[in-house]
Amino acid sequence: MQMLLSGNQAAAWAVKLARVQVVSAYPITPQTSLIETLAQMWAEGTFAGDFVVVESEYSAMSYLIGAASAGARSFTASASHGLAYMHELLHWAAGARLPLVMVNVNRAIGAPWCLEPDQGDSLSQRDTGWIQFYCSSVQEILDTVLVAFYVAETTRIPCMVIYDGFALSHIYEILDLPDQERVDEFLPPPPGEPALPAPEPVNLQPLVTSQVMTTLARSRHRAMKTVPRLLGELETSFQKVFARSFTFLESFGLAQAETVLIAAGAPAQTVQSALPDLNRKRGKVGLIRLKLFRPFPGAELYQLLENTAVEQIIVLDRNLSAGAGGIFAQEIRSALQQHGFQGKVLEFNLAGGLDLTPAMLERGLAYFEQVSPGEQKEPLWGGDLL
Amino acid sequence: MKKTILSQLELDEKLFSGHSACPGCAAVLTVRHIARTLGEDTVLVITASCWSVIAGAGPLRALDISVVHCPFPSGAAVASGLKKGLQRLGSPETRVVLLAGDGGTFDIGLQGLSGAAERNEDIIFICYDNEAYMNTGMQRSSATPYASYSTTTPAPLVNKNPKKDIVHIMAAHHVPYIATATIAYPSDLVAKIKKAMEIRGFRFFHIFSPCPPGWGSESHKSIELSRMAVETRLFPLMEVIGGREVVLNYLPEKYTPVEDYLRLQGRFSSLEPGHVMMIQENLERNWDYLQRASKRYRYEDEYWS
Repeated sequence: MQMLLSGNQAAAWAVKLARVQVVSAYPITPQTSLIETLAQMWAEGTFAGDFVVVESEYSAMSYLIGAASAGARSFTASASHGLAYMHELLHWAAGARLPLVMVNVNRAIGAPWCLEPDQGDSLSQRDTGWIQFYCSSVQEILDTVLVAFYVAETTRIPCMVIYDGFALSHIYEILDLPDQERVDEFLPPPPGEPALPAPEPVNLQPLVTSQVMTTLARSRHRAMKTVPRLLGELETSFQKVFARSFTFLESFGLAQAETVLIAAGAPAQTVQSALPDLNRKRGKVGLIRLKLFRPFPGAELYQLLENTAVEQIIVLDRNLSAGAGGIFAQEIRSALQQHGFQGKVLEFNLAGGLDLTPAMLERGLAYFEQVSPGEQKEPLWGGDLL
Repeated sequence: MKKTILSQLELDEKLFSGHSACPGCAAVLTVRHIARTLGEDTVLVITASCWSVIAGAGPLRALDISVVHCPFPSGAAVASGLKKGLQRLGSPETRVVLLAGDGGTFDIGLQGLSGAAERNEDIIFICYDNEAYMNTGMQRSSATPYASYSTTTPAPLVNKNPKKDIVHIMAAHHVPYIATATIAYPSDLVAKIKKAMEIRGFRFFHIFSPCPPGWGSESHKSIELSRMAVETRLFPLMEVIGGREVVLNYLPEKYTPVEDYLRLQGRFSSLEPGHVMMIQENLERNWDYLQRASKRYRYEDEYWS
């Protein structure tokens, strides 16, 4: 069914279709319309799970840790300061191998107060052990929440579905809303049996030694490494059920490209729509849309670039690790160098949640044409192109 | 009353020997009584506290009921979510009980506790109060009494703040059931747990729990200190029903002077006469208030017949 939905509404619909059993949340801009949509569905009885509003993001994630420990399919959503407030529990959920799914709507973290879609909130949680997806369209938000439950429950790694505040959370797009039977075919309904109390009593998440901890860390790392392969397999079943594609790394115009822009989230959609024009005016520009960030699909990224004429990669980072640079750029540079990529990885930075316009892109590309390889001392700041 | 204690103790033992509690730990006895009263259809959530260690280093376990550990401030919300999950999955009868120390209740856990109480989550919250951060070696909490030494309030300055009145904070949430208890009165403790098991909604226990290494008391004195805390009226045995009905369970026939209680503990060794007088005056005022707010409750009438 074709529907006109905002990004937040699409996420709420996905939660309903995924037959989530427990939702616990705390409101924060720009996530609020997501939990308001769920609350409305819950009040009308169309969302059959439990919906619990708690007194903080900290308790929202704690609540889900409890619910998932009992065996319930569980979901929350947050943003910015709210996500930061959950930090300790994100580690805990991953360590406990709880298959939680959450949405994070990107928003800058203060000080000072700022509501714009900087990615620093979710990237600050990079090392908590969660799978991270960055979405670029409303359809993709709905699809990714469904995929996230499948992946989380298969690997027992919690999954974070991320998209840009306002630019996607509040933008309405027409999407294909699947019916319940199709979703059930792709994502089996959650189990009905409680996990606790166990027939033989258990002592879950107790104090352990470093030997136990290192074994657990290694097994989590291994489980993470299986995710790209699992997603690769899912492409087929997703296509079969929903008659559209789901990919974690998408490329446009690589065959002819000498320069490739790599972007995640809404800016990738901007680049994609500007690509024909950019190619006409500046020539030989391609795009790679990075959708999966954790685990980092380094080998898959290199495979896309292998045997192409790409000499220059420009990474669009709407985030900043002060003193180092854009976070995506660091990861991409490190992964590509490891695989032997010979070209340059340059930085185009939109920290603070700067909106990217096609005009800025064009000015940016003109700038990068002037930079001789290896001479970029610091990122090109989007703020200088306004 | 003696006959009743024995009948309670005939219930299944749920605490294994070989646990890692210190000698004379009142918290371990508290949980021993509680665990066997609760029985098998229980999940015990333990937030960071001495009991994170006592429950056993993985893969060992000291308790014969299912335990889920959780981060320090998260206890009330984890337990609430666990209960909700069990309800969703068709096990609404399974009891979810949270075990927290005074830090996880009075300090870092207070926000989550308040939230769970306000939502009237269907859990039993048990605070065993040893009046400081004992697992990390006796740093002050907001449950540390006035004039007590701690490693973060060393002598001669000692702790300048009065102990937070957690029972009245919880009473202000108008939860269905609040009780205080100590291991010096095991029948009272067990009867209150049983009573709580029959009630739905948020139930809160404040359990006085001497800690020999932290308090500088002898390990065989923990039960005596617990009894003295009640006999001095520093720690009244009481219940609050629905946040409004205050019940004093035990009126000592003779009041023990608070000085006798303080003298047995190294943490009060730098106490001056002025301090003792102030502590005595404070507890008299508190007792006065409680007597006016409450009605006397006789065990014989309801619990033990």
